[in-house]
Amino acid sequence: MLNTLTSPHEYPGKLFVVEGVDGSGKTTQIALLAKWLSAAGHRVFLTEWNSSALVKAATRAGKKKNALTPMTFSLLHATDFADRLLYKIVPPLKAGMIVLADRYAYTAFSRDVARGVDRQWVRDLYSFAVKPDLALYFRVPIEVSIERLMARRVKLKFYEAGLDMGWSTNPVESFRLFQGKVIEEYDRLVDEYGLQVLNAAATITEQQHLVRQLVARELESSDEAVVATV
Amino acid sequence: MKQSSPQSDARRMDAGQPGAYYGHGLPYLPLGDYPGKIIAIEGTDGVGRSTQIQMLREWLEVRGYGVTETGWTRSALMQPTIDIAKASNTLNKLTFVLLYATDFADRLEKEVIPALKAGFIVLSDRYIYTAIARAAVRGVDRAWLRSLYGFAIAPHQVFYLKVDVDTLTQRVLESRGMDYWESGMDMKNADDIYDSFRTYQNKLLREYAAMAHEFQFHVIDARRRVDIIQEELRRKVEVFLASSP
Repeated sequence: MLNTLTSPHEYPGKLFVVEGVDGSGKTTQIALLAKWLSAAGHRVFLTEWNSSALVKAATRAGKKKNALTPMTFSLLHATDFADRLLYKIVPPLKAGMIVLADRYAYTAFSRDVARGVDRQWVRDLYSFAVKPDLALYFRVPIEVSIERLMARRVKLKFYEAGLDMGWSTNPVESFRLFQGKVIEEYDRLVDEYGLQVLNAAATITEQQHLVRQLVARELESSDEAVVATV
Repeated sequence: MKQSSPQSDARRMDAGQPGAYYGHGLPYLPLGDYPGKIIAIEGTDGVGRSTQIQMLREWLEVRGYGVTETGWTRSALMQPTIDIAKASNTLNKLTFVLLYATDFADRLEKEVIPALKAGFIVLSDRYIYTAIARAAVRGVDRAWLRSLYGFAIAPHQVFYLKVDVDTLTQRVLESRGMDYWESGMDMKNADDIYDSFRTYQNKLLREYAAMAHEFQFHVIDARRRVDIIQEELRRKVEVFLASSP
């Protein structure tokens, strides 16, 4: 089987992704990164997990009726991803732009497996994805993420809290159990897919400083490669 | 790995055995030794599958078997989405494959497995093979497709209604005519729908032929009269049912 997720892409653009559970602060970090890159004159395109119109309709219908099983949940998200990959991610990469993805295939690898989908199956499923140039994993203890979500008075969503699994009827307790498993799966991915781990319990500014360092290094290394081939 | 495994005492079956998952399956839904059976009727569009299924159902019910039917894109979850997708013509081949797989998964978990547990004969109007054939001729990786459908349960019997392109062309023109998808117009093989239909269906037939051995199809010559085909199907189903508990 062809596996593009594990071999470097040859597009002139760059793909940077952020990963982590809800409340890890990854969305804040990617927004700050986008600001910095744009200010430096880069063309940036931002894409989110689960955002294509077609699949949104199906996911909404499924969620409303609590009708999604772990498998259909997994397949729907893969459908959405395939759609975005072709229409939203690959074109800017071909145009030499920087694509920032808020969640990527690794979200499926951790979330779907936490729901009981086969670990190897879901990896094979996403083997058509483009390998990111940098994947940042914001690791956070489950208690910290719950604290943050509670402080923002975020209403925990049905699937995000893993309420579909029926492990607990209490949303916070369900979130703790489910996202706890998600974190275990993320941790497996670090070595397997070379995720760059960041301590998401640190301050926003500290984290962003590190993020920018890592991204700058990635951009420089490719500039050097260009110079070297000239 | 600590997965919930409610039926650890259930008899484990080998992958690819009738009634077992083809591949990795659904770890959260281990299969037991269910009394129900899956009988799939495969074949390209216009080959007469639904007529045969209708007759087979009638015959089985007269003989006292509980029968339920399932068919492609009939899931409550996905049907509206697939219809929108087909109408808008914006989906790429991979997205289509995945939408169909979602539909299949939904029906498998909500219709097929419960029916197997309850002892029904599930007559499936097409199974995973048409989806695999259509995607493969559009250039989707064959190994990937097989891994994708590793969650499917191997049917107890698969009947492949085989027909040549000349016969098929005439049948389709006689009945409802050629449509965009059945003619593979999206593949841009030809501007003319007739030429496109023939090229596309020839490619599909080659895919089915390649799968016949791999998935142990009973190949049925579908160029013959409806009642003669039905007779052969009944004979084969009867032998199978007599030999299984």
